[in-house]
Amino acid sequence: MLIIKSPVEKTIELDHDIYLLKIRCPEIAGIIKPGEFLNIRVSESMYPLLRRPFSVCDVEGDDLCLMFNIFGEGTRMLSRKHKGDLIDILGPLGKGFNIEGDYDTAVIVGGGLGAAPFPYLTRRIGSRKNIFTFIGGKTHRDVITYGMKNVSTATDDGSKGFKGTVVELFKSRFSEFRGTKMKIFGCGPNAMLRSLKEFCIANDLECEVSTECVMACGFGICQGCPIESTEHPEKYFLVCKDGPVFNVNDVVL
Amino acid sequence: MSKVDLSVNIGPLKLRNPILLASGTVGYGNEISEFTDLNKLGGIITKSLSLRPRKGNPPQRIVETPAGMLNAIGLANVGVEVFLKEKIPFLKKYDVPLICNIAASTIEEYVECTKILTEEETIKAFEINVSCPNVREGGLQFGNDVSAVGKITAKVKAVTGKPVIIKLSPNVSYIADFARAVKENGGDAVSAINTLVGTSFNIFSRKPKIYNVNGGLSGPAIKPIALAKVLEISRNVDIPVIGSGGIMDWKDVVEFMIAGSSAIQLGTINFIDPSAPGKILEQLEEYCIKYNISKISDLTASYII
Repeated sequence: MLIIKSPVEKTIELDHDIYLLKIRCPEIAGIIKPGEFLNIRVSESMYPLLRRPFSVCDVEGDDLCLMFNIFGEGTRMLSRKHKGDLIDILGPLGKGFNIEGDYDTAVIVGGGLGAAPFPYLTRRIGSRKNIFTFIGGKTHRDVITYGMKNVSTATDDGSKGFKGTVVELFKSRFSEFRGTKMKIFGCGPNAMLRSLKEFCIANDLECEVSTECVMACGFGICQGCPIESTEHPEKYFLVCKDGPVFNVNDVVL
Repeated sequence: MSKVDLSVNIGPLKLRNPILLASGTVGYGNEISEFTDLNKLGGIITKSLSLRPRKGNPPQRIVETPAGMLNAIGLANVGVEVFLKEKIPFLKKYDVPLICNIAASTIEEYVECTKILTEEETIKAFEINVSCPNVREGGLQFGNDVSAVGKITAKVKAVTGKPVIIKLSPNVSYIADFARAVKENGGDAVSAINTLVGTSFNIFSRKPKIYNVNGGLSGPAIKPIALAKVLEISRNVDIPVIGSGGIMDWKDVVEFMIAGSSAIQLGTINFIDPSAPGKILEQLEEYCIKYNISKISDLTASYII
């Protein structure tokens, strides 16, 4: 865990209100793993007061890439950063995806901005495994496929790719993967993760999901981000420290 | 060796400097130790401990508000037994006064917790939380009742020889009445203030943003209120006050001390910059050197009104 002020290398508007921010930060770029996150202080003023968590979208050499949409004042301010502006980063934080292990096909399932951690996951898995990616959104404007491989898309309104949810798309293509050893990587809205979990349990598939929760500190002291544990209902996990990536069987979604 | 005497006394409790880390903003010390040298601090105050472990409230527990945040964690904690077994060994490695914050649903539970914890020599004092706004039982129900606060003070004092600090609620009309009850019942100091009750709604769903509906407001937004409460106690009751509420930098520390605080607690700032406590301490010392303040305790209640 470091607190570091690093310069913006580039701000790119990927799509309407969806941004990619590249920050030159070799200290964190060299150690961060896919699925881990950064807690960013957007401004030194009191508005916004708290840091904002962003999963690492990609690492390109010394650059950390973050992907976000404009959601509130914090992300609006971040989208207006220029080359050389310093970004106050706390990270790397949390537990990321486990890309090692006994599988030959990685199936990535992302909903909306839930696709954010997957470019880096794709990069780190590299050519060691087969990768198939399913990305969904409400409309074509919510489908982000930046930095991903073998992508199939789904939209609720049918404006791009399969008409339906991304999990329905995955189900419809599932037979193609029979006979391979699969591992599923999911990230997206809770309803999507729930239906992904159901499907993975029914088909006995190994699955890790990246979860989300409002948090303040990002490293365990504020206790602001509980998520229900399957095995220990008497206590919560913390999304920031025990996650944000969990084995799908370990958490109640 | 420091040129400035930064040490302060909170009744019988001697601290090397006035910087304490507030309960609920440092966990049990281990995470923040990565950013701040605990050995340099005046002390740390643990997350509220209860007799049995508490799961806390479901999410959403936190929402940001202008210059502040609301939290409704619901006193999630490991309970005294696990604390003693699993958390104390880490804290023992440090030479920093450890103050245990205790939360309870009944007066008996406060007493029972104190009895168990007072045996542990690493614990130097207790801070009794009679003012948590986020739980159904205990918490504010005690914090709003002068005679209950007096009774808890007396009963806890009866089972420990260590200093007892009562953490007061700002959600009362006259906080000095509560500080007086603490003093009259043998309490050693008061912490002022705990968070203010607040809420926030999603204007589209019309639902509260926080699961618990209400949360406790902290951060710079509450600083003027906290200062006024510290001042009120300082002008009316002869009891040491540990000031807290939205302290973000060394200037805020000085302001709280001038208003009547013997020491202060850093809270919300730890979430934003966990390295802040060390920096604030250094800057505080620089301020004292620059303005020829040889004893920082001279600042306490040095207001000119």
